[in-house]
Amino acid sequence: MASLNALILVCLAYVVVLFGVAFAADRLAARRGARWLGSPLIYTLSLSIYCTAWTFYGAVGYAARSGLEFITIYLGPTLVMIGWWWGLRKLVRIGRSQRVTSIADLISARYGKSNLLAMGVTILAVITVTPYIALQLQSITLSFGAFAEADPSRNYNDTTTVFWVTAGLAVFAILFGTRNLDVNERHHGVVTAIALEAVVKLVALLAVGIFVVWGIAGGFGDAMARIDASEIGEWQVNSSRWAVITFLSAAAFVCLPRMFQVMVVENEDERHLRIAAWAFPLYLMLISIFVVPIAAIGLDLMPAGANPDLFVLTLPLSQGQQGLAMLSFLGGFSSATSMVIVAAMALSTMVSNHIVMPVWLRARGDGASVSGDVRNIVLYSRRVSIAVIMALGYFYYVLSGGGAALSAIGLVSFTGIAQILPALVGGLYWRGATRSGALAGLSVGFCLWVFTLLLPELGSGLLTARVIEQGLFGLGWLRPQALFGIEGLDPTVHAVMWSLILNTGVFVCVSVASIPNALERLQGAQFVNVFDHSSAPRGWTGSVAQCEDLMIMSQRILGAQEAQAFFQRELLRQGGRGPLPEPTPTFLERLERELGGSVGAAAAHAMIGQIAGGSSVSVADLMAVADETAQILEYSSRLEHQSAELNRTARELREANGKLTEISHQKDAFLSQVSHELRTPMTSIRAFSEILRDADGLSAEEGQRYASIIHDEAQRLTRLLNDLLDLSVLENGQVSVNIATGNLGDVLDKALASALTGTAGKLAVTRDRSQEDVVINSDLDRLAQVFINLIANACKYCDSPDPALRISIARHGTVLWVDFIDNGSGIPAGAQRMVFEKFARVNPEKAGGAGLGLAICREIMQRLGGDIRYVPDRPGSVFRVTVPNVTELKNSGTS
Amino acid sequence: MGRHVVLIEDEPNITEAIRFLLTRDGWQVDTHADGTDAVEVILNAAPDLVILDVMLPGKSGMEILKDLRAVAGMEHLPVLMLTARGQARDREMAEKAGVSRFMTKPFSNTEVLTAVRDLHAQAKQG
Repeated sequence: MASLNALILVCLAYVVVLFGVAFAADRLAARRGARWLGSPLIYTLSLSIYCTAWTFYGAVGYAARSGLEFITIYLGPTLVMIGWWWGLRKLVRIGRSQRVTSIADLISARYGKSNLLAMGVTILAVITVTPYIALQLQSITLSFGAFAEADPSRNYNDTTTVFWVTAGLAVFAILFGTRNLDVNERHHGVVTAIALEAVVKLVALLAVGIFVVWGIAGGFGDAMARIDASEIGEWQVNSSRWAVITFLSAAAFVCLPRMFQVMVVENEDERHLRIAAWAFPLYLMLISIFVVPIAAIGLDLMPAGANPDLFVLTLPLSQGQQGLAMLSFLGGFSSATSMVIVAAMALSTMVSNHIVMPVWLRARGDGASVSGDVRNIVLYSRRVSIAVIMALGYFYYVLSGGGAALSAIGLVSFTGIAQILPALVGGLYWRGATRSGALAGLSVGFCLWVFTLLLPELGSGLLTARVIEQGLFGLGWLRPQALFGIEGLDPTVHAVMWSLILNTGVFVCVSVASIPNALERLQGAQFVNVFDHSSAPRGWTGSVAQCEDLMIMSQRILGAQEAQAFFQRELLRQGGRGPLPEPTPTFLERLERELGGSVGAAAAHAMIGQIAGGSSVSVADLMAVADETAQILEYSSRLEHQSAELNRTARELREANGKLTEISHQKDAFLSQVSHELRTPMTSIRAFSEILRDADGLSAEEGQRYASIIHDEAQRLTRLLNDLLDLSVLENGQVSVNIATGNLGDVLDKALASALTGTAGKLAVTRDRSQEDVVINSDLDRLAQVFINLIANACKYCDSPDPALRISIARHGTVLWVDFIDNGSGIPAGAQRMVFEKFARVNPEKAGGAGLGLAICREIMQRLGGDIRYVPDRPGSVFRVTVPNVTELKNSGTS
Repeated sequence: MGRHVVLIEDEPNITEAIRFLLTRDGWQVDTHADGTDAVEVILNAAPDLVILDVMLPGKSGMEILKDLRAVAGMEHLPVLMLTARGQARDREMAEKAGVSRFMTKPFSNTEVLTAVRDLHAQAKQG
């Protein structure tokens, strides 16, 4: 007879084997030793966690109760894999490019990285999956129970068994599911163990099926005959239930957290989906092929009242096939454990990332700073989450008493998780989908699911029969199983219809009505157009194509020659086979640095990301690009500034050049003037000296006169030369200034005496001696020279019949104004400034000098720190000399 | 043909020297020291020869020459130009304006006399 002890031993041995396989696979993966670990076969087999104990045991029970309807559970995934594998590929691509860790993470990422949404999905997932885990635990208990019944020697206790099984699964999940800190690392150990379990459950079910068909029924034909004879053949197809359940299983296949975990997160290469697209339906077909014969023959052979859910186990047992029963038990055990482990892993990631961590970070109050020890916190929170989820499943099992039919729990669970579908599909294909829409749709769907299906089916204690009969608050249209007065529908169809239709409707309406924020729009575009943004996976052919793209891009940025040289260098570094280097991470890093030198680090990162894939352009990347753009703008504005400065410099140079040219012209003009001024007296001198020399019959008087002309002109020449030298010395600053203290009146006395010598008192000079009694600090001789010049000019140019000069003095602070005012007609307005220029003469007829006098005066006054200028708009000409450094005004006391 | 010279020169000593030289050579010398009305003075005097300074108050010798040449009958009147600036550019300008002869100050007395006689002889022949 079947020994429970032997069963426990086999079971423990199987678990040890699983641990060993997982451990070995992890070790191999760490050393990157075995390629088959990442093969499409392992991927396809890992997808088989879709087939839980519900399908292993439950499908036969389902068939025994409802005929072929169980097929719908397999039909949904089959349709998805065959008809929508490209949609799954999109999911996988997004999952990788966005580094998604779970279905909650995916939904949150799509809708602007909303943690509220992630939290909602996580809670929904925990609520739907917990009963499902309990279901697996129950199936293990039931199968143990089947053996225990056959072995009355043991005192068997359900609850204890479930407790230990739960604990064992928790340890496995923690050990192999949370080894790595990085969620993105694939869990090779777990996946490989699951693949092994997939093989075990398929082999077990096929073995039982073959035994039943050929061992019991005696061949295929006999089996078919028995099926026809059984009540299974008489079941009517309920088309609405078929359609709804097929749809539901398809939705669950995509939305279930554990399916998302193996299909997207653990995916090694998206091309595996192509193989899985036919291999997984084949697996489903094989695993379901003997369900009906087993059910029919079970119903036929087993006593009435035997649980059809356990036919797979009890049929071989009843036939005394201990070994086969043991294998069948292991198959069911595999189905249950693989589901529980992956579900616990997936849920723990969601709970930890979207509930525990945000709460913990907020509690700490420094959510922004993520330091090293946070990684440990993540690890612990994930481990604790696994334990808590397993505990939840355990307590649910214990509290619910494990009575309900297995398949009922499965469909309730599927309907719950399918509420994610509108937000998921909408997010993949509709850019207009918004966070608010997703939240609203999910909330509505969740509430309807709880009200119409979860509470009536499972929570009988919470929802009274009165509510189910008469509706919430006694309102007839709020009856959970006949919402809005629609009666007569199957409860599951009713619940699926209402929850999903209203979910989708609200999702669409709110999305249309709400305005997405920038991040949502960005993520929406990234998701919907993921194939434009990311690249195909790396493989040999893929990599060459990729490298060509990289080459083309690099040529554009670096220039053809430099890019080719770089690629050649890298090819040599890699050992140089093939036309282009392999896009290894090292190579990509070096290329990024190289490009970064040209276009900036962020832009280079984004460009290589575009081509090499791995990660798509993140918001941070975009921000960095924007930053660099700002820097470039700043740089260009700096360039603009510099160019303006250059323009200014050029203008200054032009001006300086103009000034130089003008100075050069002035110099030419000056030389020309000097030449003229020298030649004019020389002409007279030469002419008259020749006349005197050749003079025949020249009177003595004439001789005298001509000699005196020669003398005057010679003196004029001397004066001119003296003035020129004086001016040159003054202009070059070579003159020494002898500052002395003296009385202004004395200086004027000296100047008048000198200037008026030989003028025969023609010029009447008026002075105010009391004003002149001022002590000045200056070069008194130079000052006298200025005064002499002005007095001499008044003598020469004053056109009044009775020329008169008044010298007036006024004090302004430490400076003194000495005005020379004559009674002539003054200097014409146009010439007033010109008179201080060299060789400028207002009235050449009267010119006795070279026209350098006032120019010399101006130079002298500038040297002495004073000034000389013409005061316009006065009767007569007025020259004002400003004398600085007046120390004392004496007249007040003495005069 | 008579020997009548108009001398336009603003330097009194130079005017006196030239007047002395030419009078002694048998010329009738009229002098004028301002550029402004020099053309009218020349036209009124209708001389056989003009001696013209370049730098004059009121109007430069160059302009006087140009205006004079523009008057009918004055195209071939001998004009001897004197300048103290003596730059090549001035000579070119003067020749363009139709000068008969151009001399730079200071000159020797014989040069002036020779120039005046030559110009007078050419004019008589022409």
